[in-house]
Parts: sequence; C-alpha cells; structure tokens
Amino acid sequence: MSASTRAVGERIRVLVAKPGLDGHDVGAKVVCRALADAGMEPIYSGLRQSPLAIAEAAERNRVHVVGLSILSGAHLTLCRKVADELRKRGLADLLWIVGGNVRAADRAALEEIGVHGVFPTGTRFEDIVAFIRERVGHAEEQPT
Amino acid sequence: MTHRTPGIRDDGLPAVVWESGLEIEPVYGPAELEASGGTDDVGTPGRAPYTRGIHPFMYRKRPWTMRQYSGFGTAAETHERFVYLIRNGQTGLNVAFDLPTQCGLDSDDPMAEGEVGRVGMAVDTLADMEEAFADIDLNEITVSLTINGAAVPIMAMYFAMARKRGYDLAELRGTAQNDILKEFIGRGTWIMPVDASLKLVGDTIEFCAHNVPRYSAVSVCGYHIRESGANPAQEMAYALSIACAYIDHVLERGLDIDDFARGLSFNFDIHGNLWEQVAKFRAGRRLWAKILRDRYGAKNPRSMQLRMIAGGGGGGLTIQQPENNIVRGAYYALVSALSGTQTMALCSYDEAYTIPSQHAATISLRTMQILMHEIGLCDTVDPLAGSYFVESTTNEMERLIVAKMEDVEREGGIVQGIAEGRIQAAVNRSAYELEKRTQSGEIPKVGVNCFVAEEEAHEVEFHPHRDDEARKQIERLETIRRERDAAAVERTLEELRRACAAGENVMPAAMDAVEAYASVGEVCGVLKGVLGTCKEPIRF
Repeated sequence: MSASTRAVGERIRVLVAKPGLDGHDVGAKVVCRALADAGMEPIYSGLRQSPLAIAEAAERNRVHVVGLSILSGAHLTLCRKVADELRKRGLADLLWIVGGNVRAADRAALEEIGVHGVFPTGTRFEDIVAFIRERVGHAEEQPT
Repeated sequence: MTHRTPGIRDDGLPAVVWESGLEIEPVYGPAELEASGGTDDVGTPGRAPYTRGIHPFMYRKRPWTMRQYSGFGTAAETHERFVYLIRNGQTGLNVAFDLPTQCGLDSDDPMAEGEVGRVGMAVDTLADMEEAFADIDLNEITVSLTINGAAVPIMAMYFAMARKRGYDLAELRGTAQNDILKEFIGRGTWIMPVDASLKLVGDTIEFCAHNVPRYSAVSVCGYHIRESGANPAQEMAYALSIACAYIDHVLERGLDIDDFARGLSFNFDIHGNLWEQVAKFRAGRRLWAKILRDRYGAKNPRSMQLRMIAGGGGGGLTIQQPENNIVRGAYYALVSALSGTQTMALCSYDEAYTIPSQHAATISLRTMQILMHEIGLCDTVDPLAGSYFVESTTNEMERLIVAKMEDVEREGGIVQGIAEGRIQAAVNRSAYELEKRTQSGEIPKVGVNCFVAEEEAHEVEFHPHRDDEARKQIERLETIRRERDAAAVERTLEELRRACAAGENVMPAAMDAVEAYASVGEVCGVLKGVLGTCKEPIRF
C-alpha cells in the first residue's frame, strides 16, 4: 500500500474527513486530538466535503491513512462515491477507515467497498491508534 | 481545590468536583449558604429574578409541554407519526428536518444523494409543509421547527401555511430553533458566513416582533454546545452570550428591548450530575433576568423570563446495553421537571443508534407522563428551594457562569470567538478531556467502563431508510416545478435578491417567494448568491 512509501522518521499523516451533510464533528475532532497525542499528523477536512474534495485532499497531503466520520447513516452511499474518487487517483490501496454511527450489519458491505477498518461510536482511541500503527507500520520494515 | 493527596480531602473523604469545576462539600448548612451569597436572590416564583420558576404556580396550573423530536422520510410519513404522537397525549410537536433541508439544498441536489429523508423530514416547498401539518390544530398543538441555516425559507413556509389555513399570524404561537451561532459550535448546519447569518436571524426576530408577536423566533441552544463537549457552566455561559449577541444586533435596528425579548427562548441539555444541572438551570434563569433588567433595561417582566425546553440528554446515552437508556431518560426528565422547564423532550433509548422507532418514542412519552401524573412532581412549585445545598450551589454556579461570560467578552465577544473558531476549539478540548477520562474509567459510565455486559445483546430495531421515498420526494419537487407559476417564482426570487442585496429585511420577500412555491434550495441559493457561503475555520 502507498503507506509503504513513508520515509524513515516521517510521521503518519491521517486525513480525517467529514463527507456528506452531517454536521456532527465532535468525534472527528477528538480523534484528531488522539492521533496527534499518539505522534501522528492528523489533517482535518472540515464539514460537508464532497467525495472529490476528500480524494484530492488525500492526494495533495500525501496522507498514509484516510479516515471518514459519518453519523447520518448515509455511510454506504458516501463510501461508494469516495471509493470511486480514490480509485481514479490510484489511491485505492490507501489505508482507509470509517468511524461514526455505523451498525454492525453494514460492516461487511463497507469492507466490500474497500474500507479496511470500521470504528463505531464508542471505540477507544487506543484501538484506532493500534490499528493504524499495525498497518502503516514503520518505514524501515516496509519494502519500498 | 488542591489537596495534599490528589482527589482526597484533608478529612479523608474523596473529593467531589463537578464537571463545571465546583468542589462539593459533604454537608451543607447555614454557614455554607451564607458564604455562597445567601438567599436574597431566591425570591418568589413568577417574580424576577425567577430563581424558582417563571410562573407563580408552575406545574400546579399548567404542566410542562411534551414535545418529542420527530420527523423522517416524506411529509406524508412524518404527518403519520405526528398524528400518532398527538393521539397518545403529546402536547407539542418538534420537527426534525433532513440534512438537505437543514443545509438549504433541494432533494435533487447532488450533495443530497443518500441523505433525503434520512435524519428528518424532507421539505422542498410549501406543499410539503402543508402536508406535514394537515388537519393539525396549530392553536392546540404548538410546533417547534428545528431549523437553523435554512430558517428563512422554512419559517416563511410555516407562516405561509398557517396563513393559508386561516390562522391569524398576530396570534400564532410556536418556536423556531433558528440559533445559527451555536451551529458553528455544534451541529454544523450553517450556510452563510457568521455575520451574514447573524443578520438573517435579526431579520426573523424583527419580522416576528412586527407580524407574529407571540411566536418565539429563536430558541437559543446550550444543548448542542453541551453535546459538543462543553461543561454545564460553559453550556449556560455560551448560550446566554449568544442570546446577548442576538439582542445587541436587533437593538441596533432601533427596536425596543421589550418589543422582541419575549421572542427569545432557550434549549438546554440534561445529562450529567443531577444537582449540577438543577443549579445550572436555577442560576441561569436568575442570571438571564438580571441581564435583561440591568444591562438591557427591560421593563416588561416577560422579557426577563428564561423560557426553556430542557431534556434530550443524547450525550448521556450509551450504545452499550441500550435499555439502560430508558432509565437514564427517566432521570433526565426528573431533573428537567425539578428545574422548572416549560417544555420537555427526551432522547429515546435507541437514539444512540437510529431514528427512534415508534415503540421507543412511545416509551419516552410515557416516561414523561408517568412523571407528570403518578409521582407528584406537579404538586408544588420548585420543591428544592431553600435547600442549603441547592441554594448554595445555585449561587456558586451563577458565579461560574458570569465568570465564563466575562472571559468571552474579554476575548473579543462570542461572535468573533466563533468566527475565529476559538470557542469551537475550547469546547472540543473539553470533549477530548471528557472522553479520555471516560475511557480511562475515571468518570464511571455504567455498561461502558464498569458493569460491562459479558455479551452485548443489541435488540434495537433500525429505522429503515427507503430510497424509493427519496425518489418520490424528488418526483414531487419536479411536478411542483412544472406546475407552479414560473413567472411568479422568478419575480419573487428576484425581489428577494434585491431586498437581500439592499440590506433590507428578507422575510417579506421570502414569504412571497415560498407562497409562489419557490423551493428551499432556490431561496437559500439567492441568499448565498448575495451573502456568500461560510468558510469554516478549520481547528480542532
């Protein structure tokens, strides 16, 4: 995955994005703080981002991880669109996680769309951090 | 506040510190009450400064209004739920709109895909408003519209619908949330830049003062600020600061404070420490009366009365063991009644997951009815008054709220603080600390970090989202666009554009436009064209 291009000593950059119209941003912002405390570099998109804008921000910021926060229930529709835009830019393999109001029954459908990890409301920060660390890994351990 | 051993008092008892930072004594008596400021401000119910409630006889004369937040899918589906709730004893309506409506977009806007009718009712034109409230007596059942960014077209549609049905606007009661400043802190359905948004709120307040004087044009929300992470003192302080910002703005238009102050109401959150919430409400109510009387020179007692909806408590509900939320809801309702609320709404037990099912909404309604009819909460006014503890902490909370409001002023005021994203960052910092303390177990949360179920049995019925309903809504909009008088729409929207650009009050022109069946997206499109859109300060 593109994360393998992370240079030695480079911090893990995570785009935390709010797609769609949902205005609940507490979760997205506290996760940003938790990622920063864990030594990563969170980049917060702000509200109401289009799938296109999210993919462009991922590309522009050369992030290692894309995290979407969705609480409106529209996660399947929105993730399909984001997947299309990521694919168009050759970013389909980027580590991609989704958080928010996602019921267990939708997990498989999200994985099919290409989401690697789903973290519903109430997830502990340490679980998100561990998941990212494990998959993005250390640059020296990755083949380049 | 600092102890030699952290968390332990010198007498060996564990220290108790409320979220707002107030340290609580194990016992309160006359000395503590005197030290906190005494009882001079407790007063009499129905008399300023209203510590004990805004009415002389409170629930003994008129119990609180029960107003569950509801709305989903199309106007037709929502109308069905409204009728069901009214038939089951609900005494007011609180309308949930879907996100496209709240963001000022039509159902066929590309950004609306997947969101039409999902978290509330889809409204595109006056036709939807007419259908939602068909046959509901708007004098009997007062309606609260949870609309902020798109308040101009939605309020205009509600008034137009009422007028068409023969109601006299001069007598029409009801409430619009219409608190755009808090949307920038929590909830996020802003559309226009901060200053332009404030101007539009001013337009609605002014319009109502002249044309719909019994209507509450704004319900200032501490609720969403608290849900975004603020502690109870911050919740009250930010809300009162925001209310003052609306007042200051409208006063600049030359209105007298007593012409419009009664049109401001409030919406507060409940979850957390029972006593802290009670103190917050009693202190806030008293402080609001003093601000209106002393700072703004209000003469009419009604201007000084803090009228509120208090309830919800969504932030206190948990995903884990959802049935526990029924119990939490009952306690929140109890707090709300003990705090002298005018209107109550409860989050339903499944609301941490989904739009409440009819079953869950009914349980919330029954919870409030049990409190009202079975356990004696309406027997007497403000039963907690005179308690050494409650009066002491009411005094202390008032001081904390005043201090927080003074901080906001010193730092340039609430409007500037919001425009720069400073208030949002402060609230989010508080949310992060709270979440960390919950995750570490320092703040106990039953079913989450203690008394955890070995196996979670989630038996929540998910509200279905139906794409066919969304398609139906879009078809309905297309039909209306085809059949309406296109020239009238064009003419009224052009007049709206002119009025907005000239800095006039946009409400009269908005009324004409929605009466010609201009859509929410078209009206907001015109306003955005003139006023621009908000560039969010990206901070966390």
